[in-house]
Amino acid sequence: MSTMTTPVQHAQKNIPPDERLRSESSLKKLLTRPELGSVSGAILMFIFFAIVAGDSGMFNADGIMNWTTVSAQLGILAIGACLLMIAGEFDLSIGSMIGFAGMMISIPALYWGWPVWTAILFAFAGAMLIGFINGYIVVKTGLPSFIVSLAFLFILRGLTIALSILFTNKTIVSGVSEVAEGDILAAAFGGQIGTSLFSWLGTNGWMEVYADGTPIVTGIPMVIIWWLLLMVICSFVLLRTRFGNWIFASGGDDKAAKNLGVPTDRVKIMLFMFTAFCATVFAACQVFEFGSAAADRGLLKEFEAIIAAVIGGALLTGGYGSVIGACFGALIFGVVQMGIFFTGIDSDWFRVFLGVMLLIAVLFNNFIRKKVTGAR
Amino acid sequence: MSDYILELKKVSRYFGSVIALKDIDMKVKLGEVHCLLGDNGAGKSTLIKTLAGVHKASEGEFLLDGQTTEFESPKDALDAGIATVYQDLALVPLMSVTRNFFMGRELTKKIGPFNIFDTKRANEIARAGLAEMGIDVRDPEHPIGTMSGGERQCLAIARAIHFGAKVLILDEPTAALGVKQSANVLKVVARARARGLAVILITHNVHHAYPIADHFTLLNRGKSLGSWLKADVSREEILEMMAGGQELEDLESELAEFTRTDAAANAGEGSTFEAAAAAQNAHH
Repeated sequence: MSTMTTPVQHAQKNIPPDERLRSESSLKKLLTRPELGSVSGAILMFIFFAIVAGDSGMFNADGIMNWTTVSAQLGILAIGACLLMIAGEFDLSIGSMIGFAGMMISIPALYWGWPVWTAILFAFAGAMLIGFINGYIVVKTGLPSFIVSLAFLFILRGLTIALSILFTNKTIVSGVSEVAEGDILAAAFGGQIGTSLFSWLGTNGWMEVYADGTPIVTGIPMVIIWWLLLMVICSFVLLRTRFGNWIFASGGDDKAAKNLGVPTDRVKIMLFMFTAFCATVFAACQVFEFGSAAADRGLLKEFEAIIAAVIGGALLTGGYGSVIGACFGALIFGVVQMGIFFTGIDSDWFRVFLGVMLLIAVLFNNFIRKKVTGAR
Repeated sequence: MSDYILELKKVSRYFGSVIALKDIDMKVKLGEVHCLLGDNGAGKSTLIKTLAGVHKASEGEFLLDGQTTEFESPKDALDAGIATVYQDLALVPLMSVTRNFFMGRELTKKIGPFNIFDTKRANEIARAGLAEMGIDVRDPEHPIGTMSGGERQCLAIARAIHFGAKVLILDEPTAALGVKQSANVLKVVARARARGLAVILITHNVHHAYPIADHFTLLNRGKSLGSWLKADVSREEILEMMAGGQELEDLESELAEFTRTDAAANAGEGSTFEAAAAAQNAHH
């Protein structure tokens, strides 16, 4: 009883600290940040490759653009996967969705004579509809999203191959670049920005140029812009809006959130649609970069996205995680994947590294969660 | 304006052929703690769920501030100012104090075209709301996972009060708590009463209920054994009625039987039981 302070004491300024609370160092506070693991991991990777591969061209302008692009591609998926994981669900159909969405863009544009921008809108609408169905089944049946989206992993991959053979007799549809020429929406995915800046840098000798005078980096690919844009928007939504609080609440304790009037079903369905949206952004960037769509695109990307989110501090049980963390997780991916290429290490080691990284991240997250929830 | 904020007249609730509640009468005043006592299976849960709008009464009349009312959903009850804090508390351990406090009712402000969660003001309000209930939160952005069970209970109660509850229904708030933490929760209940709320406290622990309650209603096997003001009834009388006088007598004779048949081992058992009961009485 002596631990209770009376209201009178509360009115005074100097509230004696409750003796049951230990004072916490700012280090422990930092430790409870979900991003900590991935940010420090990324820094370690940079230091490692700066030492090992510093003179291999990895940190030249084109090298940087190289691993940033790889990170951005995965980062877009990781952001979607991360938000969904915080809301307590998984989507294993992300990878298959990439292949499917790519075909939804390419086939109408090349074979049905649709303007490219309508094909892109069609792909987004189609993908988000599938995301909706996926989410609807999960929330209405209460089945684990793991199993529902696993079904969609196979359904979508199978459909992609079957339908592309049905409509085009091929599993790789190329020639998209030609029809996409001059299409503004296509340029929003496959284009580059800052091209004049980079050629200006080149002509002034501030950037290396090829023999014909073009700079080695001609511009920033749109995929990077999409990544940064989605990172800023999603992080803001997650941390600073009502909807963000609903995401945390839905994943933290579905029932509690529902009892307090949080529309958890709606939140989850919207996030399933959002992961489908992210997969389509990825697919569109790839289609317009390579000028083709292939039925096997995005294979295993669902796992890479989940790994990036987990490295970024997201808990598999939901309710905890960070968009920024997931982006750093994707950055670690890109840096290591390209770093291994630049250092000439056998690329088989990349998978070993991935597995080890995932294991460390999960152990670390588990430790953090116990700290946060005060479990003993 | 009625004398009673909440009144039940001959309320019954059936689930198929099961009679969960039969002819319950209950009157609750603002500014009083009404204690609902009963053993397991007495119908306490059904009664609070009827009050909270989860179940509808099969028969009888439900008056809210003198007006006959029927709630279609828990949300209706909440809108009418009847807030229920269930045992699971509806809190998310991984979320901060503030995020829990405002869960589902986020405080937003407009910045340009965006509605953003006003973290700073929300922190201040959550902190102040808890301070009023006598809980000092060092950092409202701290996850509640590290808080004790008692503090969480108090947080859930403070939240209900902040969001305009007139009638606060607490389902076994001290069930999983130690003596000290229970005392803290009961102090919060007293503060709620002092603010003019009606508190309906569900418990099967007379020792926790007796010091705080103004009014007792006893339930047994779906029926009300009656309502008493604190002045009219002693702790022992309640305890006896709750367990059913007959059952207590049976227990006593059984214990006596044990003592006789197995003096060495069971005599110790019996005396610890009595010692524990005595200690609990002495404590209050």
